[in-house]
Amino acid sequence: MRESTIMKIHYATALGAVVLVAVHVLFRITMGSFSGSLEYEQVLANYKFVPYAVMLELILVLLSVHGFNGLRVILLELKQGRSYEKAVTYGCIAGMTCLVAFGSRTILMASMGMT
Amino acid sequence: MSETTFAEEQSSTEVSSSKTVTLRIAKFNPDHDSGQQFVDFKVPYERWTTVLDAVLDVKKHLDHSVAVRYSCRQASCGSCGMKINGRPRLACFTKISELNSDVVTVEPMNNYPIIRDLVVKLDQMFENHKKVQPFLLREDSEITGPTKEFNQTPEQLEEYIQFANCIKCGLCNSACPTMATDSSFLGPQALGQAYRYVADNRDKGKNSRLKIIDDSHGIWRCHFAGSCSQVCPKGVDPAMGIQFLRGYLLGFRK
Amino acid sequence: MKRNDNREGIKGMANPGRYGIERFAYWLMRITGLGLLAYLIGHVYETSNIINGKSAWENMLSITQTTEGHVFLTLVIGMCVFHTANGIRVMLGHGGYGVGKPARPDYPYTPASQNSMHKLCIYASIGIAALAMMYGLSVLFGE
Repeated sequence: MRESTIMKIHYATALGAVVLVAVHVLFRITMGSFSGSLEYEQVLANYKFVPYAVMLELILVLLSVHGFNGLRVILLELKQGRSYEKAVTYGCIAGMTCLVAFGSRTILMASMGMT
Repeated sequence: MSETTFAEEQSSTEVSSSKTVTLRIAKFNPDHDSGQQFVDFKVPYERWTTVLDAVLDVKKHLDHSVAVRYSCRQASCGSCGMKINGRPRLACFTKISELNSDVVTVEPMNNYPIIRDLVVKLDQMFENHKKVQPFLLREDSEITGPTKEFNQTPEQLEEYIQFANCIKCGLCNSACPTMATDSSFLGPQALGQAYRYVADNRDKGKNSRLKIIDDSHGIWRCHFAGSCSQVCPKGVDPAMGIQFLRGYLLGFRK
Repeated sequence: MKRNDNREGIKGMANPGRYGIERFAYWLMRITGLGLLAYLIGHVYETSNIINGKSAWENMLSITQTTEGHVFLTLVIGMCVFHTANGIRVMLGHGGYGVGKPARPDYPYTPASQNSMHKLCIYASIGIAALAMMYGLSVLFGE
C-alpha cells in the first residue's frame, strides 16, 4: 500500500474517532452521574443496545488502526533497516488485529448477554 | 578543556576592542580521536564580527589545526553551516554580538558524519537532493526546435522563487527532528526542492516527483515541527513547501 | 544508525526547548499519542471484565475509582483533548491550509508557515486541554 493511502486512512480514522469518542464520552456524563453510568447493569444495558454496540466496535477499529499506525510511524523513524522495518509493520498489524479481536469479543459477548 | 588567549602581537585583527568572547570549538578527528573535545579560545570581537571571522582568527593566530569549511563569507555558498550555541546556523551570517552570550560554542552540524572538527560530510543531502529530480522535466526544450521560450508571468515566478533561494547549506536537515533518528528520510532540503520544481509552471514532472516522495521514508515522515524553516538562513521555508506537496498527495491541490 | 553519523538521536528529536512552541507541540503530540494508545489497550482490557460477571466488573472498577485512578483519567482527558485539537491543526497544515503563501523572502526571514495563527492554535490546544482536565477533575472528584 502506498504511504499516502496509509496516511489518508490515518487522517480519516482520526476524524471518525473524534466524533464517535465524543458520543461515547457524552453517554457517560449525560446519563446521571459518572459513577452511576459505570454500574454493571447500566454498562451491560449499553452493550445490549445494538446501535451503541456498533458504535463501540467502530471506535475500537478506528482507534486501533490510528493508534497502531501512529506507533508504526514513530518506530520507523527511530531505527532503520529492512528486517526491522518489516518487523515493525507486521508487528503493528498483529497488535492491531489482536486488540480489535479482543475488544470485539467483549462487545459481541456482552451484547449477546453471554456474561 | 584548555583555554588559549589571543596573542596580541601576532594578530592582524584590531585587538583594541574591549570586548572579548570565549569561543568554544569542538575538535574531533574520527581517524585518531575517540570522542569530541572542546577547546576554549578568548577572542576579541566587534559589533560586526561574525562567528566565522572569530573561527578564522583562531585558525590564523591560535590553532592552525581547526578544520572549517567556508568560501563566500556572505551566506551565498552554504559552506559554513555549523551548530552555534546549540542551533544550526551559518557562521558567516551569525554575528557574535547578536548571540548575547559570553561563551560561543561551535560544533559540527548534527545529522551529518563528521569529517573533522567543524566540517561535515554533506553527501547524503546531495544524494537526496538528486533523488527528487531537481531540474525541469518536460519532453521539449528551449534549445531544441521548434525554438520557443517558456514564458512565465511574474505571478508564476512568485510561486517558486522563494524555494529557489536554497543554497544547500544543510541547516534544515540538521534541525529536523525526524532527521535526528531517521537516516533514510529524504529531509526538508530535498522535499523543499521537490516543491520548487513542482510549483514551476514550466515543469511537467509533478507526478514523477510525487511518486518519488510518496515513500515510507519520504514526505510523510515530516510532522510539521517547522524547525527547518526556523533555521533557514535564506528564508526558504521548506515546511511550507512540504505541506503544499502533501496537499497534492491528499488531493487538496491540483 | 552508524556511529559516526553524528545524529542527534532520540534526545535531539525529543528536545523541545530549542525551536519554539511548534517543536514543543510536535513532542507533545508524540507523547500524548503513545499515552493514548497505552490507555486504549488498558481500557479494552479493563472493560473486557464485563463478561466475567458483576463482581469481576466491580473489582476492576474499584481499582480505577481511586484518587490515583481519577488523576490518571484526568491526564488521559488532557492528552485526548490536546491530541485532537493539535491534530486538527496539523491535519489542516498537512493539506496546505494556513501555512502562508510563497513570496520573496525579506530579512530577517520570518517563515510564513510558522505564523501566529499556528502558535495561537497550539496555545489554544493546550488551554482547551487544561480546561477539559479541570472539568474532568470536577466530574470525577465532585461525586
